[in-house]
Amino acid sequence: MKNEKQSSSPGVPIMDADGIRRALQRIAHEIIERDPQLAQIVLAGIPSRGVEIAKRIAEFIRGIEKIDIDTGIIDVAMHRDDVGTRPELPVVRASKLPVPLEERTVIIVDDVLYTGRTARAAMDAINSFGRPARIQLAALIDRGHRELPIRADYVGKNLPTAANEKVRVRIGSSNEPDGVWLIKE
Amino acid sequence: MTTRWSRKDLLGLRELSAEEINFILETTDAFKQVGTREIKKVPALRGKTLVNFFVEPSTRTRTSFELAAFRLSADVINISATTSSLTKGETLKDTARNLEALHADVLVLRHSSAGAPQFLGNRLKASVINAGDGAHEHPTQALLDLYTIREKRGKIAGLHVVIIGDILFSRVARSNIFGLVKLGARVTLVGPSTLVPREFEKLGVEVSHKIDDVLPNADVVNLLRIQHERQREEYFPGIDEYTRFFGLTKERAKLLKPDCLIMHPGPINRGVEIDSEVADGLQSVILDQVTNGLAVRMAVLYLCGGIATT
Repeated sequence: MKNEKQSSSPGVPIMDADGIRRALQRIAHEIIERDPQLAQIVLAGIPSRGVEIAKRIAEFIRGIEKIDIDTGIIDVAMHRDDVGTRPELPVVRASKLPVPLEERTVIIVDDVLYTGRTARAAMDAINSFGRPARIQLAALIDRGHRELPIRADYVGKNLPTAANEKVRVRIGSSNEPDGVWLIKE
Repeated sequence: MTTRWSRKDLLGLRELSAEEINFILETTDAFKQVGTREIKKVPALRGKTLVNFFVEPSTRTRTSFELAAFRLSADVINISATTSSLTKGETLKDTARNLEALHADVLVLRHSSAGAPQFLGNRLKASVINAGDGAHEHPTQALLDLYTIREKRGKIAGLHVVIIGDILFSRVARSNIFGLVKLGARVTLVGPSTLVPREFEKLGVEVSHKIDDVLPNADVVNLLRIQHERQREEYFPGIDEYTRFFGLTKERAKLLKPDCLIMHPGPINRGVEIDSEVADGLQSVILDQVTNGLAVRMAVLYLCGGIATT
């Protein structure tokens, strides 16, 4: 699930800022290796942390290959499958993708891959913009517990978790260092 | 922004905080974008049933809500006063209870009595959206006005908004006043003293009866239609007289600053409260208001209809 609640207990450190940087740099290399047509790629981040992660991967690719990768924002709130089950709703951000998407490879970028429901909603949202040649998925953390037949193409770190644990990701904060923590309930 | 939405009903802007109003405006940004997609429809309210219950006639508000509901994948039923059993003596509460027995999830209500939406919102499990109740409030119209101002001018706080016309009978004016004051705008009401009494100053606005003094320092003018249907007595000598003293004529529009926005909730009485050339001119954002109205209503239906109501 996205929107992990911020917890006061610090939790077990899983990655520090350097670890995150190395993981995203490796993902950038894998994207370059696997897709010869870099200009066709769109990195579509899921707000808010996925947008920051997409931006960083694009910067690494620019640093390595000297090419500007298109980035976008894909907010999945209006495509979720749990309508009418939550007592309060968070704000929905405007989605932004370069169009037309035909012939392009859209890589969905999220911080934590968990049940797969957010990724499914993101695919649905992307399809309402047009029909890309292919859709792929990149996540900084894959914590398992899938509820849908979905897997990531690019993973920063596989992190075995229990269902009662939470993964907290902090990235792009103006006054605190990046990091990933595992929090036990 | 950390605020979250937790209301099932939208009854008026008076009860909303500035944060809640801004929350709706931000959500509207997201839904306005949907209108530019290849597929202009999202599954946000799939499987929900929306009832457009219009006890007073309306075309533009009803169709705007209807299209908004379609774009959210909800199913829509339209009921108007002439086709409902209200004409057979059924009470409002009984009609609404019948609608709920059909498992309606959202009720969009327009009614001639102030407070009707609140009456139903307090009694029904369904979400109730006020689409205009008597001379009380018309929250979605004010929200689309606020959204249009914010979109065109980049802010609302500090702007001078002048509302001209039939303020006394106008639910649009009332909702606009609550919203604009909460978001920090300076508001001046202009019109004949019979339609713009000084009592309105209690709401934190200024009142003027001299339009030519006010127009030169306005950032936005919002013109209201003369509500013939609500006036039981003569409040001004005649239409010609009204146009001469308070209409936004071609000549009078020259007093406005070049970047002043001209707004009107529609339907326009061309040649009465506004000249045709002015309504169709470069400063007019009247059609932007219509486009934004759809996005605002999608946002409101998504927020109120999308939360758990148990």
